[in-house]
Parts: sequence; C-alpha cells; structure tokens
Amino acid sequence: MQKPTWKSTLKGYLYLLPALLILVVFSIYPIIKSFLMSFYTDYDFFSDTVNAYGLENFTKLFQDPNFITALKNTGIFVIGVVPLSIIISLAIAVLLNSKIKLSGFFRTIYFLPFVTSVVAVAIVWSWIFHSDYGLLNYILGLFGVDPIDWLTSPTYAMPALIILSIWKGLGFNIIIFLAGLQNIGNQYYLAAKVDGASAWNRFKSITLPLLSPTMFFVSIISIINAFKVFDEIFALFNGRPGPANSALTVVYYVYQKFYEEWEFGLATAAAFVLFLIIFLFTIIQLIVGKKFVHYN
Amino acid sequence: MDIHLNQLSMVFDNTTAVQEMTTTIKDGELVSLLGPSGCGKSTTLMLLSGLYKPTSGSIHFGDQDVTKLDAEKRGIGMVFQSYALYPHLSVLKNIMFPLRMKKVPKKEAEARAKEMAELVQIGHLLDRKPGQLSGGQQQRVAIARALVKKPNVLLLDEPLSNLDARLRLEMREEIRRIQQEIGITAIFVTHDQEEALSISDRVMLMKDGIIQQESAPQNMYKKPENEFVASFLGNPPINLMTLTKTHESTVYRLADSKEIIQLPALPPEDMETVRLGIRAEDLFHTTENPLFQGEIIHIETIGRDTLIRMQVGSITVRALVDPEQQLQIGDAYSLGVRPGNVHYFHSESGKRLPLQMRGGNWHAKTNVEEHA
Repeated sequence: MQKPTWKSTLKGYLYLLPALLILVVFSIYPIIKSFLMSFYTDYDFFSDTVNAYGLENFTKLFQDPNFITALKNTGIFVIGVVPLSIIISLAIAVLLNSKIKLSGFFRTIYFLPFVTSVVAVAIVWSWIFHSDYGLLNYILGLFGVDPIDWLTSPTYAMPALIILSIWKGLGFNIIIFLAGLQNIGNQYYLAAKVDGASAWNRFKSITLPLLSPTMFFVSIISIINAFKVFDEIFALFNGRPGPANSALTVVYYVYQKFYEEWEFGLATAAAFVLFLIIFLFTIIQLIVGKKFVHYN
Repeated sequence: MDIHLNQLSMVFDNTTAVQEMTTTIKDGELVSLLGPSGCGKSTTLMLLSGLYKPTSGSIHFGDQDVTKLDAEKRGIGMVFQSYALYPHLSVLKNIMFPLRMKKVPKKEAEARAKEMAELVQIGHLLDRKPGQLSGGQQQRVAIARALVKKPNVLLLDEPLSNLDARLRLEMREEIRRIQQEIGITAIFVTHDQEEALSISDRVMLMKDGIIQQESAPQNMYKKPENEFVASFLGNPPINLMTLTKTHESTVYRLADSKEIIQLPALPPEDMETVRLGIRAEDLFHTTENPLFQGEIIHIETIGRDTLIRMQVGSITVRALVDPEQQLQIGDAYSLGVRPGNVHYFHSESGKRLPLQMRGGNWHAKTNVEEHA
C-alpha cells in the first residue's frame, strides 16, 4: 500500500462523490432534519418557520394510546416473525443444501416471494386469507377447524400479517443461510461422523456453531426489518392498519401522523423512538454475538 | 482384531476405484496403503471408515460384518489429511468430542482427553483453538482425537502431506511410537514411498484399484513382484530396459540396438524378449565383465551420493557411484552388477520372472570383484 497523498485522496473522493451526493440528499439530510423536526413544538409548515423547540412531542407521544398500541403490536410482530422465520428458513436451507434433485429449482421457488412486489403478494394472500373462499380456511376446514376471519377480526389480523411476513422473508434468509452452509467444509462432517456424532449432533455441534456468523447477520437484518414493517400492512389491509388498529405498528403510526394528520413533530419523534429501540436491540445483539459467534 | 476385506469393490459412476480387493490386516499391525494418486488407496480407507459404502464385497472387523455399518457406529478413529479439527472448539474440547458423543460423563471425558493429550505431547496447548496451532501441533491433536475413544482401528489419510519436510520426518516417527505404545491396528494412506517403507509393518502397493503387492517394506523393495512395483519404489528410479535374445541362447542385446549385454544372471530360457530392471545403487564400477559400457553424460552430487547417467547404446542408465572417484562428463565408464540384484519381468504382463544363475565360474569372478 502506498501512502495516501493529497492528489490520490482527492481522486478517491471524486470517485465517492456520486454515491455520496445521493446518500446525503436522500438519507443523511432527511435523518438530521427529521431528528431536528421531532423537537419542533410550534411549527408553521406553510412558511416553514419554527416558533418553538421542546420535548413536548415526546411526552405527547407516550400519552397517545395509539402509539402504545403501535409499540405493543410492533413488539408482537418482531417476536412472532423473527425466530420462526429464522428457524424455518434454516431448516429449508439445510434441506436444500443436502444432495437432493432439482435443488436449483427449489432455490428459485423459495426466492420468488422476496423478489415479488409486496402489493401482488398481498393481493394473493388476501385471497388465501379470505374467510369464506380462502385457501387457508379450506385447508383448516379439512382438519375440522371452523373458518377464521383472518383479515377482519382484530384477534387474527396480526397472526395473518405474521404468516405473510414470514413467508415473504424466507427467500432472502434461505439464500444467505445456503451461502453460509456451503462455506462449512465437508471434512468437519466426515470427522464428526467418524467421531460417532448422530445427524442431530452434527447439526448441533458443527452446523450451528460454524454457521453462527451467518446466523448473527440474518438475525440482525431480520430484527431491523421486522421493526420497520409497513408495506405488508398497507397492502394486506387495503391502506388501513388492520381492523381496530390491530396491525398498527410504529412505522405505520409514523406514516399516519406524517401523511394523514400532518403532525410532523409527533411523526418524527415516533421515528426517533423507533430508531433508539432498534439501536438498542442491535447493541444487545452485538454484545451477545461476541460471546457466541465464532469467526474463523 | 483382524480386518478382513473380501472381494471389495467400489465403483463411482463409470470409474472403478477399488477392484475386488481381498486382504487381511492383522491385529496391531501398521499397514501402509501406497500408490500414485487415483490408485484407490484413499477410497479403500473411506470404505474401511464407513464413510463410503462398497459397491460389492464385504468388510469384517474380527467376526463382525461391518459392511453396512455407518461410520458413526464402526468405532474407528481417523486422522484426515486436513486434520478437520473443529475450529470453534478448544484443543481439549476437540479431543473430548468423540467421548461426549458416546455420552461419557464430562469429568471422565476430560480426564481421558487430558491423558491422551499427554501421550501426543500437547498437554500445554489444551485451551488453544486449532487456528492458533502449528501444523505439527494440529496433527497431534487430530491423532489424540482419533485415539481418545479407544477405537478398534486407526485410519490415517495422508496425515503428513501438509507438513514441511523436517516435521514430516518427526511426525512419522511419532505416529509409529504412538501406534506401538497403544498397540492399535493402524492403516496409513500415503503416496510417499519413503513414509510407507519407513514406518509400516507391511506395505500394500496399489494401482488402478488393485493391490499390486503386499509385503514387508524391505521385501517389496528387494523383490518387486512386477514391473510397476519396481518402477514405483526407489529413488532414483530403477533402470528398466527391454532385452532381446540373440541367435545365441545365453546372449542378450538391448532392444533397438546392437549393444550386447553381459548378464550375470539370465531370464528363463523360453523368453525371446524380457524386461530387465536394475536399481541405480546396485550398479558399481568394474572393468572386468562389465554389464554396461558407455559414456557419462550427466553427473549430479546430492549430499553423500553421486548419481551419474551413462549413455549405453540407445538408452541411458542411472547409477549411484563412489563419490571419491574423479569423474567428468564425457568419460568412458563401465558398470557391473551382482547377479542377485538383477530383476527380470515379463515383457507383456510385467510379472516378475525367476532368475537363472550362470555357472560357478561367473559367480566366482563377480565375488572377487565385490571384494576388490
């Protein structure tokens, strides 16, 4: 490596400039702006003048029962989606990684939901979830389960959303897990077999620990994505946060306050709270990860 | 516990890796499977381990038929070429792993693992991860892990090929020492003849999935059963040439040339053409009744040895000669051989042919030369 000179540094910055410009305009600036906005307590958006700053937005936020509902729903959603999604996609990835016929075909099949538009997916699923003609209720009916109002009952709206989101996220997780699995040398499995490890023990003692960096990555991405859930709700419940706010999440709350009620201060304050929550979770994961993740 | 292989075959798609192999490995023996790459030696080991299942034939450990038994249940220990130490476990946990799989209580497993670590002299490295060990240390850990569950058989798949030359020498002696200390039956796969010949009780030389010869190392070197064995073993490689009988029944010449060869021992009389093999170190300088006469075209001194190449008719002959001699390229030179060091092989099948000694007179002469 050469020492950086002024000339080479400038040249380097020049290459970075195009992407940097876009990032600054569409990400960095809005982040800073919305952070500041959360402290606007008296704001005239016609003239873009701020008359007073303060913490009032945050106190109002936590007094709003809708925001509390949104927090609770988001929590339920994260807990409902992330672990199940990881377990299912890991199981499928392990199966796809074993020597089976047409594994390339199955890989494509499982990846399809990820690249399909959320709106299209939601339309298909709103049919599947339909209480009278839906596929899901038909299958449940075969097992003697009474029809469930998936999309219209406040009790089942969240489970329906969770099912859709798990299914939608599988493809991405499976691809990442597959890449991780293929990185594990076959010699460890041969050695473990010779050492008398059963299939389950091989999975537990070889696959899981050696997959831990991938697991770590997938869980961080999944948790962040789950906290950010919005499009699925919008599409599945036709632009409503579920029956009786039963699928109202924090991002949906932000959207409502910002675009429907023009409460910019409240919306950005909620967004900032969500940022803090995600940040906290990521920090916890980093700390926990240090203990359990093995890097070669 | 003896290991019996009976008509063992392994076919991958269209290639036959092991072909109807039948042999017995005796209890406590260290046997080397030797051969060029692709000869089926590693496949044989994988079949013994149970990681591969044979296409046909059977494997018995003692009286037990293990042909269909999975690797997990065969009770074997194996050292892999890449060691395959679990990278996320410490040395101690690596060695304990087979015991934990057998549900040995943790305390006992730890004690046994430590004992085994002492045997292979890595007792001071127990808390390290494999990534922090040198190649030789990893090798020792791999051996300890393979032995800790007291297996019936120890299988070693080219265990030394990832080590540098000096360490390889040390580790092969270590493997021999450990094997003898425990008295375990061990099967060692290698493509390195020196390794195989130096540490094994018995060598099986394989080619194209077939055992070419199995015998004690020295015997294999001294009495190769066919031309392949003769050419595979030995460094520098053995001199091989085709001889054709002249009109006189005891006089042979080199094929493709008129060069008459004065043979100290003759092939069976009914052979028109025959392959002759003589090792470079069995040739010596003589002027009386020399076997080869020619011009030195190459001289190489490696350590204590001087290797020359001599043009004899249309072929070149390699010989290890006395390094004290002052030789130069272009010198005329002559070489002789003792009758017992001549090998004849069938010109088509490559099989070893019996020797016919010449009359006593000839013998006497060579003996005189020998002591001169």
